[in-house]
Amino acid sequence: MKSKFQLYRMLIIEIAMIMLALVFLSPFYFVFVNSVKSMGDILLNAASLPKNLIWDNYSHAWEELQFATSFKNNILIAVFANIGLVAISSMAAYRLVRKRSRTNRVLSYIFLAAMVIPFQSIMIPLVKVASWFHLVKSIHGIVVSYFGFGVALSIFLFQGFIKSIPLEIEESAAIDGSSVYGIFWRIVFPLLRPMTVTVILLNTLWVWNDFLLPLIMLPTKNLRTIQLSINSLFGEYFNQWDIALAALVMGIVPLLIFFLALQRQIIEGISAGAVKG
Amino acid sequence: MRKLLSNWVQQIVFLGPAILFYSVIIVMPFAFGVFYSFTNWNGVSGNIDWIGFDNFRAILTNDKGFFQSFWFTTRFMLISVVLTNLLGFSIAFILSKSIKSRNLLRTIFFMPNVLGGLLLGFIWKFVFIQGFSSIGKLTNIDFFSLPWLGTENTAFWGLVIVFTWHQAGYLMVIYIAGLANIPTEMLEAANIDGANAWQKLHRIVIPLIMPVVTVCMFLAIAWAFKMFDLNFSLTKGGPYNSSESLAMNIYTEAFINNRYGMGTAKAIIFFIVVATVTSIQVSLTKKREVDI
Repeated sequence: MKSKFQLYRMLIIEIAMIMLALVFLSPFYFVFVNSVKSMGDILLNAASLPKNLIWDNYSHAWEELQFATSFKNNILIAVFANIGLVAISSMAAYRLVRKRSRTNRVLSYIFLAAMVIPFQSIMIPLVKVASWFHLVKSIHGIVVSYFGFGVALSIFLFQGFIKSIPLEIEESAAIDGSSVYGIFWRIVFPLLRPMTVTVILLNTLWVWNDFLLPLIMLPTKNLRTIQLSINSLFGEYFNQWDIALAALVMGIVPLLIFFLALQRQIIEGISAGAVKG
Repeated sequence: MRKLLSNWVQQIVFLGPAILFYSVIIVMPFAFGVFYSFTNWNGVSGNIDWIGFDNFRAILTNDKGFFQSFWFTTRFMLISVVLTNLLGFSIAFILSKSIKSRNLLRTIFFMPNVLGGLLLGFIWKFVFIQGFSSIGKLTNIDFFSLPWLGTENTAFWGLVIVFTWHQAGYLMVIYIAGLANIPTEMLEAANIDGANAWQKLHRIVIPLIMPVVTVCMFLAIAWAFKMFDLNFSLTKGGPYNSSESLAMNIYTEAFINNRYGMGTAKAIIFFIVVATVTSIQVSLTKKREVDI
């Protein structure tokens, strides 16, 4: 039974946390509220609620960002990068866990090492190497690049999970005459579902928001992602906050919706990955 | 014999794609990076001359900008790693008690992490330049009327504030999971023995979550060292390159000054520094991990 003092203390702490949460949310408030104001109103008082709602900012921003094309590119890249990464990493992780040869143990560490290499240490030669393999200036090229960048983390996450799958299931399937490939795809892979969801969520978050890799690999206008379009808009409309903010809202809304819909799984995924590993 | 062959085939089928893409995208460029750092490549021309350690010598003796960025990045990293971990841990610790709005708060504190790339920096640019000045006018609090992002100091702290806001939620999630793993019997036993809150925190909670601290510090150090997108969009290195991170310095050297050989040399040094610091950190914190 909690004392009255403890109950009051809990209440005060809860109120303090809620106020901190409001402070945390304030940048979102500023961006959303000012995106429908006229430029004059924004400069006058950025903290106030809008007097009239200027939806023109959004139609203007939509055109400047070529939002339909940029969004389509983002979706294509995210979907195919995920499909590839899940397939490639789950297979690799399975092999690395089930066959603990010295080669495979070394390979595990080599994959892990990628998480320490800064992007800047690879980005310059990457363009050269990528052009040899015809990977530049195309969606499939950048998707393949994400395979390379993403395997390290995805394999790490899958490995941790596969270790917890009991061998007996696979052994009895083998006795029943199933091939290794059959065992993996028909039995093990379906069991990986929770981790597959986590891997997809985490990969989507970083691939969607990525800036540097698309910058160096997608130079043409029709291949731009949302990040690149916003970059070019800000270059041109430097201080025109009315259109810039509308563009920013359009940039963050897709991922916000994605996150809010799946937030429980995303958060559970991060904790599982960090604590198990 | 057949078993050996089928073993090889399995190895190639399961691991082949991963090894292939990893080699093409990470290993090859890295190896070439090391090679190019010993040349004077400018990114386009066919003539590449081997110049040995000239790039490295120039960087270490002649490049004031590089050392300025290095010092800036180091200060930024030290402060940000401490702040993000403190904030993430504190919020996690408080949220681990039974507060009613716990799940909602957890989601809200994580939300900043959903923003990324340039959007993060551009949003905060507006907040610092227009938002803060409006608040300053309304409330007359000096803090908000400072020339945010316009001076070396405000640019530095602006970056720290945004970085902490962005990453604390991610670390909070990991700390929550770590705190959940602490057996309640131990805390109850400590209560019975008369331990106060500080003693419980210091002697039980922190030693038991050391593995999580290792992970969180590793992540924070790596993120802080590698910070680029935020730097590029919030301050672009200004004013006058005073807030230029190492990552931005390398980017500028390669893509603006067109000195790719020099840029990759810096990038190699960068990698060595990051790898060294994170290795030291992981081995230090791993020593303090306690098994139940």
